[in-house]
Amino acid sequence: MPSRRQLLGALGALSIPFAGGPAAAQFRVEISGIGATQVPIVVANFRDEDKAGTALGAIIRADLQRSGLFRAADAAGSALDERSSVNTADWRARGFDALVAGSVSRLADGRFDVRYKLWDAVRGEQLLGQSKVVVAADLRLAAHRVADEIYQAITGEPGVFATRIAYVVRNGRRHTLHVTDADGEGGQVPLNSPEPIISPAWSPDGKELAYVSFESQKAVVWVQNLSSGERRQIANFRGSNSAPAWSPDGRELVLTLSTAGIAQLFVMPREGGTPRRLTSSNSIDTEAVYAPDGRTVYFVSDRGGSPQIYRVPIAGGTPERVTFSGAHNISPAISPDGKLMAYVARQGGGAFKLALLDLAAGGAPRLLTDTSDDESPSFAPNGRLIVYTSRERGRDMLMTTTLDGKIKTRLVSSGADMLEPAWGPFNR
Amino acid sequence: MTFKPVSSLSALACAVLLAGCASGVKLNETPVESRTPTVVNADAAGKGAGANTSPTAQSQVASVDLTKGAGAGTASQSQIARVVYFDFDSFVVKDEFRPVVEGNARLLVANKQRHMVVEGHTDDRGSREYNLALGQKRAEAVARSLALLGVGPAQVSYGEERPAAQGENEDAWAKNRRAELKDR
Repeated sequence: MPSRRQLLGALGALSIPFAGGPAAAQFRVEISGIGATQVPIVVANFRDEDKAGTALGAIIRADLQRSGLFRAADAAGSALDERSSVNTADWRARGFDALVAGSVSRLADGRFDVRYKLWDAVRGEQLLGQSKVVVAADLRLAAHRVADEIYQAITGEPGVFATRIAYVVRNGRRHTLHVTDADGEGGQVPLNSPEPIISPAWSPDGKELAYVSFESQKAVVWVQNLSSGERRQIANFRGSNSAPAWSPDGRELVLTLSTAGIAQLFVMPREGGTPRRLTSSNSIDTEAVYAPDGRTVYFVSDRGGSPQIYRVPIAGGTPERVTFSGAHNISPAISPDGKLMAYVARQGGGAFKLALLDLAAGGAPRLLTDTSDDESPSFAPNGRLIVYTSRERGRDMLMTTTLDGKIKTRLVSSGADMLEPAWGPFNR
Repeated sequence: MTFKPVSSLSALACAVLLAGCASGVKLNETPVESRTPTVVNADAAGKGAGANTSPTAQSQVASVDLTKGAGAGTASQSQIARVVYFDFDSFVVKDEFRPVVEGNARLLVANKQRHMVVEGHTDDRGSREYNLALGQKRAEAVARSLALLGVGPAQVSYGEERPAAQGENEDAWAKNRRAELKDR
């Protein structure tokens, strides 16, 4: 299997025009810096995908495009499927490094057989040939899995296209918790409430969501099983109960409780029970997240006079300040490898922008956005993308960005505010 | 956004004096600053002025008496302001809102049957979780000021979730950075 480096090494100066088509109807891709690091790939529409009612080719192209590592085009009129005799040299001559073609067919039992092949046009050989049989409701998922397999075959890293994102939609006085595919499509609604819902957090096994609901006229932390809908209160103490964060092993959560009058961090068993106090300050301590090793918790505190990000050992101890530039730094998210921290930094002019800090190497944070009302960063489980919200013309919408800030996409947009995104784990 | 009166008398006062109360108008739509200089003093509360005007009066409902008595002639300005406004990312109860705290403390001291809750709110800039904690801190700051005057109201924070004003401008933000005293 050729590495991405081999494919990239063969990448010439040819520029492939970005194909719009059906994918453009799903989301908007804003490319602000096309580099030579994008693999030009053709993904043909799957044969009979119109009969199956799911635009597999467009979903796969959109997935690859959004990753920032691919420039995806359709087959420009060529009818191809996995059985086609592909002349890779022709595609190579047209500037493509890789080609995907496939089909979908309905089986006698009503399920669908999705088949495809991936060819390396540079080396002129087949890289993948797969078949997956799914029910109709999982055709989108099948497309995302194909995109993940292509991504992994070419980049050597796992893709996140088959993962899910949880977020909250606020439409007038209605608040709904949504769970969608990582492209923002295929939405389902685990909770519908007349009162606000904030801070959804995925359990590491991807089966449960913790969140804060104001349904009882105050902030209470709930955990809900996604497949059964069964839900339980895990923290309903005096004052506010909020900001749930799962430990990487899924056994505990750090929460913010104000039983002491002011917001402080506590550790709770996942079943609920007696909280153990983690921080003791006379200041706000909130928005905790675990480092991936489970030994450190990053959080926001105004103990220094303005909100900044700190970290503290989960066993307790003296918090250490992490952010130093700027007077207002909030909402930390730690990359899956523990090396990077995304957060929201208030600028001198009052704009809230997404910032990225290299925890391992140190140095100054880098701004990832040029918008002014950015909130709620959350890393994809492979660490290559960040989902966040940004306000445009008075509406909050879901965005993704690559870590260099160059490729941003807007996920499904509606007339409502889309808030509090949390990217789920690989498990689903 | 409406009051939940604790007695028939307070309900009556509400209906008579707080035009906004019974009709569901938000408290904070009236600028607090213009009202605070006319906050009713403790003496009025103690005298229970106006209680005799209500045929259904119960003796312990001093708060209603206060409002009615003070309302004579200046009804529109007689209501004790119940909103304290804050600066950005601040929980400091500014001096200009001392009359709000003191006036409501007198109400509560004068009527042990009456209970209030302090609701903390923020504008919608920054994170919802930080704002929830900041709202808690604002409610706590007002409650602490009240505690110094001998009353201990409950507190709750709604962060940025229940704005008093809509809009992405300083005017709306300023109206939303607040703590509201509400009957319960």
